[in-house]
Amino acid sequence: MQLKATTFNNILKPILFLLLLAPTIWLIAGLWLNTLGANPIEYILHTLGDWALRILLLTLLLSPLRRLLNWIQLVQLRRMMGLFTFYYASLHLLCYLWFEQGFNLSSVYSDVWDRPFILFGMTAFLFLIPLAITSTRNKMRQLGRRWKVLHMLVYPAVIFGVVHFWWLVKADTTEPLIYALLTFILLTERLWRFKRGEKSGA
Amino acid sequence: MPLFKKPDITENDITDYNIYKNRRQFMKTAAGLGIIATTGMAIQPLFSQSTKKSFSTDEKPTSFKDITSYCNFYEFGTKKTDPSEYAHELQTTPWTVDIDGECDKPGTYALEDLLKPVTIEERIYRLRCVEGWSMVIPWMGFTLADLIKRVQPNSNAKYVRFETVYDPDAMRGQRSDMLEWPYVEGLRMDEAMHPLTILSTGLYGKDLLNQNGAPLRLVIPWKYGFKSIKSIARISFTETQPFNSWQQFSPEEYGFYSNVNPEVPHPRWSQSKERRIGEFMKRDTLMFNGYAEEVAELYAGMDLKRYF
Repeated sequence: MQLKATTFNNILKPILFLLLLAPTIWLIAGLWLNTLGANPIEYILHTLGDWALRILLLTLLLSPLRRLLNWIQLVQLRRMMGLFTFYYASLHLLCYLWFEQGFNLSSVYSDVWDRPFILFGMTAFLFLIPLAITSTRNKMRQLGRRWKVLHMLVYPAVIFGVVHFWWLVKADTTEPLIYALLTFILLTERLWRFKRGEKSGA
Repeated sequence: MPLFKKPDITENDITDYNIYKNRRQFMKTAAGLGIIATTGMAIQPLFSQSTKKSFSTDEKPTSFKDITSYCNFYEFGTKKTDPSEYAHELQTTPWTVDIDGECDKPGTYALEDLLKPVTIEERIYRLRCVEGWSMVIPWMGFTLADLIKRVQPNSNAKYVRFETVYDPDAMRGQRSDMLEWPYVEGLRMDEAMHPLTILSTGLYGKDLLNQNGAPLRLVIPWKYGFKSIKSIARISFTETQPFNSWQQFSPEEYGFYSNVNPEVPHPRWSQSKERRIGEFMKRDTLMFNGYAEEVAELYAGMDLKRYF
């Protein structure tokens, strides 16, 4: 499968951009119209986290999808989706630091060490930072083969993200279970290909 | 169908907060004038009436809309909005409560009969959820002690055990095995007899809506919200400590007592702060949810980290 480069760049990419921005627009509109429910702060915090994780999983779906559909262009969407993951994760973290902790750093510090789910969320975010920094074409060229190795950090990031979500849920683990299964499938597929010695597409 | 003597208010009428507040102010002033106007021994009953009033907080009640749309009632689903969306599927009239176990007057009681002799009063209580949010709710109800005295528990009765109605046809959440159904809660006898512990039949001057636990629910303001069991269908007096549903679900996270305690964290999250619904930043959680003066003596000498 293949689209004309102009169609891909001028139509598909902008549409995807708007779709990935939709949760942000949803939240801003909800704040404006007061439709985020009785606990809007928590709703915002959770929605941002949800979308960081969902977009990260979708990003990881690109490579297998590319092979399945034989649609090479899909690789060109990874940067945008990866950066949207980072964007939602950053806002999620900012909301936590502000609304939950009031920017009290000593309280954040003890929270990280007292609550494993916070530690895992923070760690997942730390893994994403170098990926965002090295996402430019220049950095890619500069790092060469090391870029691919570095970007394997996305795997621990998604694992830590899913565990972070799983541990904060009180009882209904349906949603984190779905993400865990998807993660398992995506990583197993890569591992399986790696073992067969195929060239890794990350 | 009204469950208790109801003011002439239609089902669609929601008391405006200002009117509501003014009415309370008026009642307070009237009570005050009464005390000033009366002298001698005659003021005694009036006085005890006004101490009773002090069980209520002066804090601003959470809006009717938030109280009735942001609920944890897993019998109708695990999302906060599920109960307000689906709870109407439950039929609450007629309603009976089975009372059994270690008491002299067991039986299946029609709700009307249980409510006939009681005076419904207002109690404005803080409610602190184990998840870290809180509300202020103007409950209507009567003390659990009132009901307990009437059914005459015997000397073997050390605990009171409660069950929510089991009706999976009407309660969609009961069709999944999220928790063991029916939902079970329990109190030690002295906690059950405490004057702060009430059975509620309404809030904001109206009958309870189903999502808030109609037609009869428990309210124990110094314990995490899940102790305040909803839509009660059975009350039993037992010699042994009841095994409540959340303790059964995860015994290392939820105990029998579940007293609000900022110093004992949930294994996965802190309990030191809470977000009052309608507020922006979190506020400090108070020991026994701010009712330490009234209830701390119930737990004198107990290790609250062990008996959480």
